[in-house]
Amino acid sequence: METEADDVNRAMMLDGNAVAGRFAALFGAEMTTSLTECASCGQDHMMGALLAFTHAPGVVLRCPSCEAVMIKLVETPRGVYLDARGAAFVRIAR
Amino acid sequence: MNLPLQWQLATIAAVRSETPEVKTFSLHLPDWMRHRAGQHYDLRLRAADGYEAQRSYSIASAPETEGQVQLTIEKINDGEVSSFLHEVAVVGDRIEVRGPIGGYFVWEAALGGPLLLIGGGSGVVPLMAMLRHRAAAGSRVPTRLLLSARSYDDLIYREELDALAADGSGFEVFYTLTRSQPSDWHGYSRRIDAAMLATVAGPLGRTPLCYICGPTLLVEAAANGLAEIGVPANRIRTERFGPSGS
Ligand SMILES: Cc1cc2nc3c(=O)[nH]c(=O)nc-3n(C[C@H](O)[C@H](O)[C@H](O)COP(=O)(O)OP(=O)(O)OC[C@H]3O[C@@H](n4cnc5c(N)ncnc54)[C@H](O)[C@@H]3O)c2cc1C
Ligand SMILES: [Zn+2]
Repeated sequence: METEADDVNRAMMLDGNAVAGRFAALFGAEMTTSLTECASCGQDHMMGALLAFTHAPGVVLRCPSCEAVMIKLVETPRGVYLDARGAAFVRIAR
Repeated sequence: MNLPLQWQLATIAAVRSETPEVKTFSLHLPDWMRHRAGQHYDLRLRAADGYEAQRSYSIASAPETEGQVQLTIEKINDGEVSSFLHEVAVVGDRIEVRGPIGGYFVWEAALGGPLLLIGGGSGVVPLMAMLRHRAAAGSRVPTRLLLSARSYDDLIYREELDALAADGSGFEVFYTLTRSQPSDWHGYSRRIDAAMLATVAGPLGRTPLCYICGPTLLVEAAANGLAEIGVPANRIRTERFGPSGS
């Protein structure tokens, strides 16, 4: 069921392009054209095409096909936490 | 991009009003790097008290414009960064930027077409970089732009777009005004839908290369509309700017 909060979240939603700078700084490479596979539905997408929610503390990237959470990124003073258990793989180009 | 992304201090070299709510800032960069049309810069505001705000802004200028980049920025009411740039920043000021960033929402003449560009509000900015690049590169790829704005006066780059459409290179522009229209208006007067997309995309064949950019809900509507009229998903690239100003 869609709630009003879902609609607001939906309007605020960004995509992988919005976190391209953060990921480039982190990985030392352009990441939006990196291929990644959703662990839930098996679809491959480029990182730029993932749905991005940046209003929580940190960043949540979801699969555009099934909306499962693929990657979470939280930056803290102690370091960056990357939770990618929702991604079967992320290919970092050479 | 193989170098780590570094912040640099850009100098505001010029400011130009595009519409009542939109200004273009020309930035001189000590470490200018050729960008690809569709890429953006991150911009950071910092103060001594620890305040920090960071936003992304698409590059409006063509890669062929060397030494500087132009950012076209809409003033959002109560928007931290856009209000600062509109109301406080002046020529000669320095601001921190890093870029160019991105690779997914990028078009280069070598990618060919036919090209269908769909923009809402300031979402036209990266599309303008693509059109300026197309012109600078002498590309004649059949190209159509569908641009949505609230009113005629809110159409960013209208004069330049009309001039490009008249230069005989195979570019056509279509406008839709969602809130108010001049009395003699001949363009569209509604939100982008599948029927509008079918009309605009039709002459480009079944598999145009599509770039959609603007407020999130417009991007979703246009992407769904293109799917509805049968454009394959692998021909559609999207960039969402966030909530719309309406
Ligand atoms: C990849 C990328 C490229 C972008 N390129 C451009 C560009 O070329 N030109 C441009 O003008 N903007 C662009 N944006 C949007 C820009 O990054 C900011 O989100 C926008 O300027 C608002 O920031 P602010 O600090 O002024 O407002 P905030 O202080 O962040 O927001 C203030 C209020 O306005 C709402 N709001 C937030 N963003 C928007 C928005 N985009 N429109 C309307 N309301 C909003 C918020 O929900 C909040 O209530 C881009 C965004 C992305 C992700
Ligand atoms: Zn999935």
